[in-house]
Amino acid sequence: MIAFKLAYKNLIGAGLRTLLIVFVLSLAYVLIIYMNGIYQGWDRQARIETIAWEVAEGQYWQSEYDPYDAMTLTDAHAPVPAALEASASEGKAVPILITQATIYPEGRMMGAMLKGIDTRQKILSIPTNILDPDSEEITAIVGTRLAKSAGLEIGDYLLVRWRDVHGTFDASDVKIAGIFKTAVPAVDQGQVWIPLTTLQKLTGMPGEASLVVVDKSPGEGVTISGWDFKGHDFLFKALEEMIKTKTVGGSVFYLIILALALLAIFDTQVLSIFRRQREIGTYIAMGMTRKQVVGIFTVEGGMHAILAVMLGALYGFPLLLWTTKTGIKMPEGTDDFGMAAAEHMYPYYSLALIIGTIVLVMIATTIVSYMPSRKISKMNPNDAIRGKII
Amino acid sequence: MKNGSIITIESLIKSFPIGGGEFTALNGISLNFEKGEFSGIVGPSGSGKTTLLNILGSLDSPTKGQTIVLGTASDQMSPRVAAMLRKKHIGFIFQTYNLMPVYTVFENVEFPLLLLKTPAAERKKAVLEALEWVGLTDKIKSKPPQLSGGESQRVAIARAMVKKPDLVLADEPTANLDAENSHHILQTMEKLNKELQTTFVFATHDEKVIGYLRRIIRLEDGKVVSDENIKK
Ligand SMILES: Nc1ncnc2c1ncn2[C@@H]1O[C@H](COP(=O)(O)OP(=O)(O)OP(=O)(O)O)[C@@H](O)[C@H]1O
Ligand SMILES: [Mg+2]
Repeated sequence: MIAFKLAYKNLIGAGLRTLLIVFVLSLAYVLIIYMNGIYQGWDRQARIETIAWEVAEGQYWQSEYDPYDAMTLTDAHAPVPAALEASASEGKAVPILITQATIYPEGRMMGAMLKGIDTRQKILSIPTNILDPDSEEITAIVGTRLAKSAGLEIGDYLLVRWRDVHGTFDASDVKIAGIFKTAVPAVDQGQVWIPLTTLQKLTGMPGEASLVVVDKSPGEGVTISGWDFKGHDFLFKALEEMIKTKTVGGSVFYLIILALALLAIFDTQVLSIFRRQREIGTYIAMGMTRKQVVGIFTVEGGMHAILAVMLGALYGFPLLLWTTKTGIKMPEGTDDFGMAAAEHMYPYYSLALIIGTIVLVMIATTIVSYMPSRKISKMNPNDAIRGKII
Repeated sequence: MKNGSIITIESLIKSFPIGGGEFTALNGISLNFEKGEFSGIVGPSGSGKTTLLNILGSLDSPTKGQTIVLGTASDQMSPRVAAMLRKKHIGFIFQTYNLMPVYTVFENVEFPLLLLKTPAAERKKAVLEALEWVGLTDKIKSKPPQLSGGESQRVAIARAMVKKPDLVLADEPTANLDAENSHHILQTMEKLNKELQTTFVFATHDEKVIGYLRRIIRLEDGKVVSDENIKK
């Protein structure tokens, strides 16, 4: 208790120096929380969006299907298993058939994926209700990214060429019935969505699909032969990797700020132990043990972290709260990384993040405060009293 | 140990390592201090006064010989025991005052009682009483940088006396003070010595201090050359 009171008095007594250190340290707190909040928010948002638009609670992949190898697509189709077909009829599973295609917008040629999606589906946000499987024309929907890069508008016709089950080329105009806006580039860039039954007809693969999106993951041990279930663990692996890389990159910035603050504290400690030898000697003469005196100085240095929490909370709390309300505008092209990114990113500051940061900074501060203080236990009190050391 | 004696020193030798060899600062000192003494160790610079005083205050330990300070022998004096002894029974007064600059006068004087975990109400009473002894009740809220040298040393006396120790050790307490202030603080200490029966041991070469002493121990080159009681 004495240690805290004394530390507080000494810090306040040091005035501007304390204020500066505390400010820089508070900046470190706020930045660490802010930056990690962004990544956590991004991660959360990307997951939520990806779940809503692309993966739901998981996907059954036809065993040949491999999204990273376009060559496999030719063989990656099979009749939708009966169990999945049953839930598909209730809209709780979404069979999707995928075939490689070439599109010819404005006379240009672009590679694309032609995807047939079950229009009865109720679990993905893709507005499949716009698609009409019974129409004479082939109705298609695309995302805003493709619409922009291919110069498409609602009502436009787009020439699409694909191969059927025998490898024979075929081509037709599709009518753009709708353009949707999504944060998930995977369902947008280079993706042309048409009704499942239509694509099955066009390719000669009736009743078949390449993958089936489902609204709940199967229990342990439930398998469907010829189909592999891919859960969130698998589907988000790439996302996690990407977030991790970005987090590491972003942390360099605040680690420098933190290091600066810690260095300043270390320096202050060394200086104050040197300048306050007399005080140290006096404490010992008054009956404190060296350990207690080391304790006083350690608490004093560590208290920077406590004051910084208060100062940081003072401006950081409203600031961070504000960013969760308004979000942060993402720079153009952020989603070119292939990561789901809305125009506005809402940071997410978890309690664990805040407490973790505070604990981390406090431990670091205490360590750099303790290291120079250990010198006290080697001081000769007689010399210290007279300020004779060095 | 004689009845009423609070410090006994026998054949004390204190040497410091310097360079390759040793320097003997105190060389075969035997002394006895009794309760209520107002005594001083007097001698030229470098004669070993401070070294002796620090051993009396258990801030330092003898190289050879025995000391018994307030009933604790030097060979049983662990750092913890020594700290406890100083905390409870010994007050120090320094040439340079050594007040804590960020604390008010009140808080400086209160500090030894905080170490002793004295309850707040009792603390306040004792601090005010100690400040009354030294005549500084009007400065309780001041901080050391705002005080004159004489006032600072009076605060230091109050700080040393507030726990009513058995022994007060004062190393050149007047060295930074003018004549008037020196006499003032010496009179204060003399009064406290009489009222509270506190034992005072000074280390000094100041004639003004010597004039107040009732026992003068003269030290030269680490040896006691004379030890006389003065009738007053
Ligand atoms: N820690 C130490 N290491 C080496 N020598 C020391 C140490 N402390 C004291 N000495 C030496 O011991 C001798 C006595 O020192 P001390 O400080 O006791 O003298 P003093 O009588 O108090 O002198 P002054 O009147 O100048 O204060 C001096 O020669 C000093 O240099
Ligand atoms: Mg001296």
